[in-house]
Amino acid sequence: MPVYPDDLIKSILRSVKVIAMVGASGNEMRPSYFAMKYLLDKGYLIHPVNPGMAGKEILGRKVYASLREVPAPADMVDIFRASDAAPAIVDEALAEKDRLGVKVIWMQLGVVNEEAAAKAREAGLTVVMDRCPKIEYGRLSGEISWVGVNRKLIDNRKPLLFGKGGSLKRVMKGEKS
Amino acid sequence: MTDYGFDTLSVHAGAQPDPATGARATPIYQTTAFVFEDADHAAALFNLQVFGNIYSRIMNPTNAVLEERIAALEGGRAGLSVASGHAAQLVALHTLMGPGDEIVAARQLYGGSINQFNHSFAKFDWHVKWADGTKPDSFKAALSAKTKAMFIESIANPGGIVTDIEAIAKIAHGAGVPLIVDNTLATPYLIRPFEWGADIVLHSATKFLGGHGNSMAGLIVDGGKFDWGGGKYPTLSEPCPSYHGMKLWETFGDMAYAIACRVLALRDLGPALSPMNAFLVLQGIETLALRMQKHCDNALAVARWLKDHPKVAWVNYAGLEDNPSYALHAKYCPKGAGSVFTFGVKGGYEAGMKLVNSVRLISHLANIGDTRSLIIHPASTTHRQLEAADRARAGAGDDVVRLSIGIENAEDIVADLDQGLEAA
Repeated sequence: MPVYPDDLIKSILRSVKVIAMVGASGNEMRPSYFAMKYLLDKGYLIHPVNPGMAGKEILGRKVYASLREVPAPADMVDIFRASDAAPAIVDEALAEKDRLGVKVIWMQLGVVNEEAAAKAREAGLTVVMDRCPKIEYGRLSGEISWVGVNRKLIDNRKPLLFGKGGSLKRVMKGEKS
Repeated sequence: MTDYGFDTLSVHAGAQPDPATGARATPIYQTTAFVFEDADHAAALFNLQVFGNIYSRIMNPTNAVLEERIAALEGGRAGLSVASGHAAQLVALHTLMGPGDEIVAARQLYGGSINQFNHSFAKFDWHVKWADGTKPDSFKAALSAKTKAMFIESIANPGGIVTDIEAIAKIAHGAGVPLIVDNTLATPYLIRPFEWGADIVLHSATKFLGGHGNSMAGLIVDGGKFDWGGGKYPTLSEPCPSYHGMKLWETFGDMAYAIACRVLALRDLGPALSPMNAFLVLQGIETLALRMQKHCDNALAVARWLKDHPKVAWVNYAGLEDNPSYALHAKYCPKGAGSVFTFGVKGGYEAGMKLVNSVRLISHLANIGDTRSLIIHPASTTHRQLEAADRARAGAGDDVVRLSIGIENAEDIVADLDQGLEAA
């Protein structure tokens, strides 16, 4: 598993506002549906990309056939596809980089493609592989402690009340408790 | 920060000030259930799509602090707390085993575990092949196509054997199965099994972690490194019928095993830990490093003293230079060999009974890992229903006395044994 400093992950999750999620699923038991539901709840704007569902909706969000059709802006492209599909998606993201304002390529848990990552880094993008933004958000906000996960963090301050998104959103934006 | 020291993690890991009140000590959330924000939130929780609390049979905020703390101390990915050490073994194996499946386990396990594996698990059609914990190759010989895990104790109770975790982990991984280590007698203060290749660590937190002889609790820690793909572990890799076809391994990645133990085995079998007990175990863990070192130092002092006593036939403590486990003790737990060991009293059965009847400080009871020093004569208590020959084979011969040395002054423990042996 690649290693990323907490500060890097935190700065991505704090600065990103709009995510194009490639491989978003309409099946409510798929991991991509989980992650999309969770991240919408935390206040991110999400454009699902899935050619098989183009024109339909997932969680009330219009589905696009490809990154080319996603309306600007989109700070992050989240890849929910098999590792070998990553290069073509990164190529498309780079082609749309200036129009969408893409700054981050995020590949999901289990998705690793060094070739695609190198290409994205050369174009000046930040790359995260083999991670889930939902799990990282839960870890850094403290929510994931509820299922006994080792966050590798110690806190001596009272966290803001956990709510259905609102207060945690403020924690992640860096407001003081 | 990811590299706090062990003592710091013992005090802090998992415990932030209470979000509602700012309480610094971990509150005891003595509640069965937790309100949902709305119907959509409830559905998302039940579908495992968001993190949150539903019902204390599955999760509880006090228990969660204990779970994160043990995961941090062991260097694992995630933890789960359950009602007892036996419940931990049940939940841990239920996630891996199906009817007809086998585990390979060290025959030097705690007697209660041997009973659970031999008899109660057989009713689920789970079977155990016994190997010799002192001979790693015997684990290879016991493998079959149905083997789903290997199971050892880091320090075996009561024999005081230090197990070669690294060698057995290699054999397990060569066979594509995880190594489960019961780390009760060592605690992560002495041995961190994940550093030697273990995949799952279990505890009876009733013993040294809680440490004060007041609460039953069990813990499971997922190391987060085992590959559950390949079809051998369908509970993790295949669509889960009670979660609408969700695949846990695909969805939760390196914490999938801990999540599966929680949302399937614990949810359905029901051995949930009381939040009150979780609080007491947490309180105990805060002083784990201090207590374990004192336990080990006292045990070594008592073992050395016993070794030279004229009424003592033999002492089996891995911390003594002439013990067969001494080299493994130096490798795996140089800070100490734990505080549980056996010795032989000259005069056999009668002398053993007289000794336990004569001690005035040490408590005669069937537990270990208490602040108080404990003694038991297995032949006249836990193993009395067996024939003499069977008792001897089980390591509970007529002359065997088991001690769990506490954190009193070593000279007081020695003085009590001295007057007890005098009477024996």
